[in-house]
Amino acid sequence: MNFPILSAIIFIPLIGALFIFITRGSQKNVEKNSKYVAIFSSLTNFLLSVFLWFSFDMTTSNFQFVEKKIWMEGFINFQLGIDGISILFILLTTFIAPICIFSGIQSIKFKLKEFLIAILVMETLMLGVFCSLDLVIFYLFFEGGLIPMFLIIGIWGGPKRVYSAFKFFLFTLLGSVLMLIAIISIYWITGTTDVIKLLDSKIIQEYQYLLWLAFFSSFAVKLPMWPVHTWLPDAHVEAPTAGSVILAAILLKMAGYGFIRFSLGLFPVASDYFAPLIFTLSIVAIIYTSLVALMQDDMKKLIAYSSVAHMGFVTIGIFSLTKQGLEGSIIQMISHGLISAALFLCVGVVYDRYHSRMISSYGGLVNIMPKYALVFMIFTLAALGLPGTSGFVGEFLVLVGIFQINVLVAILASLGVILAAAYMLWLYRRVIFGKLASAEIKEMKDLNTTEIYVFASLAFLILFFGVYPEPLFETVNISVNNLITNYQDNLNFHLALKNN
Amino acid sequence: MEYAIIFLPLIGSIISGFFGKKLGDNYSQILTSLFVGISAILSLFIFYEVLTQNYSNNKSIYTWISSGNFHVNWSINIDPLTSVMLVVVSLISTIIHVYSIGYMSHDKHKPRFMAYLSLFTFAMLTLITADNFLQLFFGWEGVGLCSYLLIGFWYKKPAANAAAIKAFIVNRVGDFGFAIGIFLIFFYYGTVNYNEVFDQTGLLKEKEIIFLGIEVNLITLICLLLFIGAMGKSAQILLHTWLPDAMEGPTPVSALIHAATMVTAGVFLVVRCSPLFEYSEVALNVVAIIGMVTAFFAATVALVQNDIKKIVAYSTCSQLGYMFFAAGIGAYHVAIFHLFTHAFFKALLFLGSGCVIHSFNDEQDIRSMGGVWKKIPMTYALMLIGTLALTGFPFLSGYYSKDAIIEFAYLKGSTIGYYVAGVGILTALLTAVYSWRLIFKTFHGKYNNKKNQFSSIKESSLIMIIPSCLLAIGAILSGVIFKEIFIGNDTLFWGNSILFLNLITHEHPPTWLITLTPLLVISAIPLAYYLFIKNLLILRIFIQKNQFLYNFLINKWYFDELYNFIFVEPAKKVGLFFWKRGDVNIIDRYGPDGLSKIVKIISDKAVNFQTGYLYHYAFVMLIGFSVLLTYLILY
Repeated sequence: MNFPILSAIIFIPLIGALFIFITRGSQKNVEKNSKYVAIFSSLTNFLLSVFLWFSFDMTTSNFQFVEKKIWMEGFINFQLGIDGISILFILLTTFIAPICIFSGIQSIKFKLKEFLIAILVMETLMLGVFCSLDLVIFYLFFEGGLIPMFLIIGIWGGPKRVYSAFKFFLFTLLGSVLMLIAIISIYWITGTTDVIKLLDSKIIQEYQYLLWLAFFSSFAVKLPMWPVHTWLPDAHVEAPTAGSVILAAILLKMAGYGFIRFSLGLFPVASDYFAPLIFTLSIVAIIYTSLVALMQDDMKKLIAYSSVAHMGFVTIGIFSLTKQGLEGSIIQMISHGLISAALFLCVGVVYDRYHSRMISSYGGLVNIMPKYALVFMIFTLAALGLPGTSGFVGEFLVLVGIFQINVLVAILASLGVILAAAYMLWLYRRVIFGKLASAEIKEMKDLNTTEIYVFASLAFLILFFGVYPEPLFETVNISVNNLITNYQDNLNFHLALKNN
Repeated sequence: MEYAIIFLPLIGSIISGFFGKKLGDNYSQILTSLFVGISAILSLFIFYEVLTQNYSNNKSIYTWISSGNFHVNWSINIDPLTSVMLVVVSLISTIIHVYSIGYMSHDKHKPRFMAYLSLFTFAMLTLITADNFLQLFFGWEGVGLCSYLLIGFWYKKPAANAAAIKAFIVNRVGDFGFAIGIFLIFFYYGTVNYNEVFDQTGLLKEKEIIFLGIEVNLITLICLLLFIGAMGKSAQILLHTWLPDAMEGPTPVSALIHAATMVTAGVFLVVRCSPLFEYSEVALNVVAIIGMVTAFFAATVALVQNDIKKIVAYSTCSQLGYMFFAAGIGAYHVAIFHLFTHAFFKALLFLGSGCVIHSFNDEQDIRSMGGVWKKIPMTYALMLIGTLALTGFPFLSGYYSKDAIIEFAYLKGSTIGYYVAGVGILTALLTAVYSWRLIFKTFHGKYNNKKNQFSSIKESSLIMIIPSCLLAIGAILSGVIFKEIFIGNDTLFWGNSILFLNLITHEHPPTWLITLTPLLVISAIPLAYYLFIKNLLILRIFIQKNQFLYNFLINKWYFDELYNFIFVEPAKKVGLFFWKRGDVNIIDRYGPDGLSKIVKIISDKAVNFQTGYLYHYAFVMLIGFSVLLTYLILY
């Protein structure tokens, strides 16, 4: 493969952003042109990544489409490459990005040009995370993502946006600093930051624990895990709809991806050692945040808390290190990406029309917005993991996986499924059912054409992967097998070393 | 053909749901009814094939989930058990579809209603045709969803919404046990396919496992967990609270979902898993006891309820208890037989109640009815047939199935069997009393309705009466026709679909037993007439003397209050506590907010250093210099 397709996918949004940046002219013209550029570049990128998926070889676990450019001689190479796990996240990102752009175009009222630039830059950075095969490059993309997100919340956010933006930044940066130190020490220990080489090398056991904790602190905040989750509800509440969508659908997944690629790949002994810690925190997250979600009166906060609970399933699945658990958590991440995006868009729809996120402001929306009621119902059901939606496949497999490792964890996590039904259905009932809550909301209009297309495409994917998730399984199958084998080999190697 | 049976209702549902507005009410009603009707005809055909040629078929449609050795197919599995259920589901569903055309004639959302009904039929069909536990679970939650949607169909009624959510969540509690059962099955069997699981069960019957620190028999544990799921769906005691509330939904829904089909899914599950249950004495006893208690409990509550639909709902709950204890004593075929006859007469009772409610202009309280049997003779006749069948009046369907359950329980010969038989007879008597109370209060005595003129009471339209008549025929004849096939002593109908390790034959039940129940049941008729029509005083005095007992019954043994107190309120309080105390007061206060506060304090202090006076800086420099010098000199 001579054409650097990964670089193309990563940088097309950036080039689009550049074009938007240099558009000049009357206000109206600039906005029109930047809309077109943004839509065009993000859709092209989506098509390109679908093409990438089709030309992807599912029979090998090696990294594919590898590109390597020397950046600093003998130190850092700009190295990209993907396997069956990362390609799904690339697809998710390129699929969600145009949706965010459509949503932004509809609801952002000022500085639209700058907003679109921020989204496109964000897309580039996120794609970089999933493609990079060098720790330093990964770090740059991973942390770079903070900046546009910080701006999106801080500029286009709600009334308390500055507080939320700083809280978001403070939390995430804290973890990142430790990860940076860890990356530097990995370079000292092994002499390389090349991920392909690192995955084959075996880092000395004693070092693994601290390094794992450093990576963990960064990923745990991003994911987020209990008790460092409190930035998420605030960030979601203040962020504009498109910001929430990116945050929930993709940003959180970067941490899950990081756990799979780095924590498991580089530090298997430590992963094994710390798995009970992860299980405990995840269980607490699932039950604690589900109960908190039950009591929320702000729709976005409720969905944000439910995200924390859903991500709890992801970490449980990852560290169960079983085939079902790992595949389940990958599918859960993809499906949560779609579902949470859809739910935040649903909140965005009513927020755009009535400018309130409070559940109590609404009620009886089905009387005036039947189409909206229908799509919201589909996404609600997906969020509570009804069989037939993608949410079920992921959650169920995670539970099947963890059950083989720890029965108690499986049972406690299953309790989350009951609670999810409670808070989602209660939310739905209060917003959609009943008599029309007030005369003022009577003027609200049902979904317009753009919204229908966006929701229909999300609903289609959620239902499709609910009844036929096979394409996803086929894509990740070999890579996950390889991951587990490597992990076990690595563990055995260290065990043998210790015994001698 | 199998594809058509299952997917026609789905197609009908999709068309009516999405294009209902364009099609118009009439076309979407006709279309959905027609599709379900075709499905019913094909089901009857399959049933005939199974009956005459032992037809069976197991088709995989395609792979659903395949992760490592966890492999699940979408499939259609036809065997005798499935074929019976197919007939029950598709036939009753068709009848209810047609009935709904009349019942919902004043509703604005007909296409939506029909779409939900058809979707329910589809989900129920996938449930019964599954060849693995996961597809069963899909159908299981799918019917739960449709039940949720249909209970809450009148979304403007707060009570309907509350009932819908309650139904879903209580079922989720059951499904929680069910899901853990499936995990356990996969863990020990490495598969969730019925046949593969059942084939290995004989080998694993002695296996003891440590589950959460307790040593238990594997098969027993699996069975109990699956049974928790069944209890939720079939509204058995402890998880029954949703069923009476579910009566907030439209009456056709109550007839189809909450009487004839969905609620019997739990019984179906137990019978389907007979190859597992047969190996666990403990699990079977639990099933029998839970069934027995439910049958009795629900019947006592039904005695004092005043809402016509709630009485029938508790009656359903009670009859489901019968089915479970039939299964619990190992008479799975009798359980299915009762399921089969019950589907007809209970659906009939609900449709009849629907007609009554229609005639009384949406009145449901039986205290505000009475004396109208001459005005609505067809409805009266239908209700009468339903009641006779339910109470087990000789030669109607309930007589064959319910008495068979009691006989089998007695012939089982174990202690549990005798208990169950005894409670069964007692409950049969209670059933007769509350059923006749319903009939007499509704149709006889004085006319008590204040809202409607006596002359305005009218018979329901033909489109409601005719489907009910079909059910009435079923309620009369289904027992006598299918008795030999389903529970005859040398029936070969069930084939491999049910496993009996030690089959109870009921060659010679003692004569006193055969005659006792019918006698009690028949004698209950004059008794009820006397108590509820002729001489109301006795009851009034009785209630006054036993106020506590009466309150206990009318409040349904206080289950709702108890659950509210134990689960609902604490969950809310704990949630609020975690949020306000945990997140806001601890994590945020000492986390980011605390950190930024500390930074601010330190920087405020640090500002003081920069005074701008040269002599301050010079002084500090001097001190620093001397400290440095001292250090160098000393070390």
